[in-house]
Amino acid sequence: MRKRLNKIIHSHGFASFLASVASIGIGLIFGFVLLLCFKSSQSITGLGHLLFAGFSTPEKFAKVLYQAAPLIMTGLSVGFAFKTGLFNIGAVGQYIIGTFFALYAGIILQCPWWAAMLAAMLGGAIWGAIPGLCKAFFNVNEVITSIMFNWIGLFTVNLMIPNLPAILDKGVSNRTANLDATNASAIIPKWGLDKLLGSTYMNISILLSILIAVIIFIILNKTTFGYELKACGLNKNASIYAGISAKRNIVLSMVIAGGLSGLGGGIYYLSGTAQFTITKILPAMGFNGIPVALLAASNPVGTIFSALFISYIQVGGEAMQPEFAKEIVDIIIAVIIYLSAFSLLMKGLIMRILNWKRAKRLAAESEEVTK
Amino acid sequence: MSEYVVEMLNITKEFPGIKANDNISLQLKKGEVHALLGENGAGKSTLMSVLFGLYQPESGTIKKNDEIVKINNPNDANALKIGMVHQHFKLVEVFSVLDNIILGVEPNKLGVLDRKSARKKIVALSERYGLRVEPDALIEDISVGMQQRVEILKMLYRDNEILIFDEPTAVLTPQEIKELILIMRELTSEGKSILFITHKLNEIMEVANRCTVLRKGKCIGTVEVDHTSIEELSRMMVGRDIRFTIDKADVAPGEIVFKAENVTVASKIHKNNAVKNVSFEVRAGEIVCLAGIEGNGQSELIYALTGIEKMADGKLTLCGIDISRASIRSRSKLGISHIPEDRHKYGLVLDYSLAKNMVLERYWEPAFQKSGFIREFEVRKYADQLISQYDVRSGQGADTIVRSMSGGNQQKAILAREIDKNPNLLVAIQPTRGLDIGAIEYIHSQLIAQRDSGKAVLLVSLELDEVMNISDRILVMFEGEIVGEFDPKETTVEQIGLYMAGAKRNTPRTGSSDTSHTKKQDRRDEIS
Repeated sequence: MRKRLNKIIHSHGFASFLASVASIGIGLIFGFVLLLCFKSSQSITGLGHLLFAGFSTPEKFAKVLYQAAPLIMTGLSVGFAFKTGLFNIGAVGQYIIGTFFALYAGIILQCPWWAAMLAAMLGGAIWGAIPGLCKAFFNVNEVITSIMFNWIGLFTVNLMIPNLPAILDKGVSNRTANLDATNASAIIPKWGLDKLLGSTYMNISILLSILIAVIIFIILNKTTFGYELKACGLNKNASIYAGISAKRNIVLSMVIAGGLSGLGGGIYYLSGTAQFTITKILPAMGFNGIPVALLAASNPVGTIFSALFISYIQVGGEAMQPEFAKEIVDIIIAVIIYLSAFSLLMKGLIMRILNWKRAKRLAAESEEVTK
Repeated sequence: MSEYVVEMLNITKEFPGIKANDNISLQLKKGEVHALLGENGAGKSTLMSVLFGLYQPESGTIKKNDEIVKINNPNDANALKIGMVHQHFKLVEVFSVLDNIILGVEPNKLGVLDRKSARKKIVALSERYGLRVEPDALIEDISVGMQQRVEILKMLYRDNEILIFDEPTAVLTPQEIKELILIMRELTSEGKSILFITHKLNEIMEVANRCTVLRKGKCIGTVEVDHTSIEELSRMMVGRDIRFTIDKADVAPGEIVFKAENVTVASKIHKNNAVKNVSFEVRAGEIVCLAGIEGNGQSELIYALTGIEKMADGKLTLCGIDISRASIRSRSKLGISHIPEDRHKYGLVLDYSLAKNMVLERYWEPAFQKSGFIREFEVRKYADQLISQYDVRSGQGADTIVRSMSGGNQQKAILAREIDKNPNLLVAIQPTRGLDIGAIEYIHSQLIAQRDSGKAVLLVSLELDEVMNISDRILVMFEGEIVGEFDPKETTVEQIGLYMAGAKRNTPRTGSSDTSHTKKQDRRDEIS
């Protein structure tokens, strides 16, 4: 038993976990210092809100889960592309296009929710495929193309929505219709979870995204497809040498990454509570996929936890208002997420400490033996 | 004061699963060349990394001029006037020679870089020791030999007294090796002390004063080179007698297995073709060797044969099937095995486990996957079988991350994988580059075993001894053409050398050849 525990403690996975926790801790301390600077009288209550609001009521907790679901998807998207050696900074654009496809299918085509989700996936996949194709066939850096496609995606949707009267809410020209009123079958089922947690936000989206994370984990680690993808990411030349088509894998990887982000958009906007409003700002949900993936070291299962954490901090941040201005809350959250990304550095440190301790123990044991 | 400038006493260094250095002592006299001999993975590089401050030993002491010193990092080593030329050079490719030499100790006047005084010092040093360099050339444009001289100048520029050379000859041509040996003699005559890591015995005999032999992390002994022989050194290193000549039975070559006709390959670095209208064939049961100086089109020709690069023109036939346009995988399926030139770049996914690397070209076969899922148990079983059959050594068996394995064992893993594919044609490019005698002997015997079992073997080698020893037929390449064909029994190394240098040819010149150099090549020739 003890041996097994030791084995777990000395595994890389454990060190990664510990490192993430430690860097989150440092982030929180730093956040608290900032709170002290901004408004020291309110700092303790502010930190309390930040730390515990997510668990304070079932409704708040429901919101954590509700926001975590799309974050898991965008996090998976970025992480999946990372594994193939690609930086999918275009998760935002894929998320927006996915949203539009989902709403188009749900409101105009009157599809049921699962069909609208598939449409979201298709939309994101198309948006991911383009940078993938450019990278594979013309060696255009995917970072540049996908950033451009974020904006192209955003403004395409902004252009489409006002010109599709059927998709709009009554009397406005910048917001999509309420799903409840237009097509209730397009709303993701709730399976009683809403009653359980007493929140209209709650539906099965969190379960769906956890399921997808597990599927992605299996694809990456257990299948020949995952074997090829990771080989391409780790050593493109060696995979070419082995007869693996690097081009095909780059495109497929971006298609899947895009599909995942698109699904994130679908999950968020098919909940029945959110209505897409035209905006000139790229939604944070897409960009936050990057820290989610980094915090999880691109591990699909880890992504579930890092997305929950970031969602939890965001709900906490909302609870800090109005004592703290929204901007200050955003700064603090950003600092915490930023420091959380130090987990790699922390991991190295923790591994060193663990190894040093083990070496000391072994030395002590061998001394005992010689005695 | 004792006669030793540096003493490493009872050094022990452990890595997970392996004791890299076990109670090793090494004493370096002033003004001597002290060779450190051992197989791959014997702990030579680890010991030197301890001296250079890259690793901290678990126990043991280091003395410099009789004083105990603690070397925590390379800067400490530098302060103690210890310098190192790494096997893989640490140079900034896009910087000039001069900028690389002064990097980290830039002389300045009020914060403004003073290249003038640096240049003076560098020119003086290079003249004093016969280290020819071109201060303003970019590293990426100069030859490997000159890059090494830059590394040596880097040490001298920092006034280092103790110079560590980590396998300096592994990357050099025979001429460059000769030159390096002269430089080393010059350095010691000026009072520098040299630690020379190598596994090439004749170099030790030629240049070293004393030699310390390591085997599997343990110190076997230190000997005076004048009082020993190659045979004794190799016995100390490997722990058994080594055969220096290879027993090779005469085998009558069989049918033509592989045929290349008028193969032309465009070059990636210059406008001319890297391979010009080359035709040859390889029969069953023979080893055909492509000899030549590096960069005369051998690599490009092999990449075209294996499908990594496209041919501009020509036809390839394997066992009667035209494979000129076939994909890499279908060539592999049809029976081409390829031991690549650069095992890190092409041969292995370094961050995959050994087991995963063993099935790199076969993971898709039904034996290793079922409806898209990898059969991990089967992969492991297969890997374990190859590991024991080919004696691939590693810290954690099939689970070892390949990056952590020694070069020789990485190469053995590739060899095992490629031979076990049971190919019709085995293509090996410099399969013994950078390996120790034990591993070389093993790889040679495996190549010959393949030939004896009726396979066709195509070998590319820069080492003339290897070429003469194991091939049945020699083709010499010069500037992308085959300029000579020889039977190793009826020719000499000197003879082949003339053809390699382009002084002679015994094959008809083809019309399409173009021997004019490009600018970059000219420049390279000029300065190297």
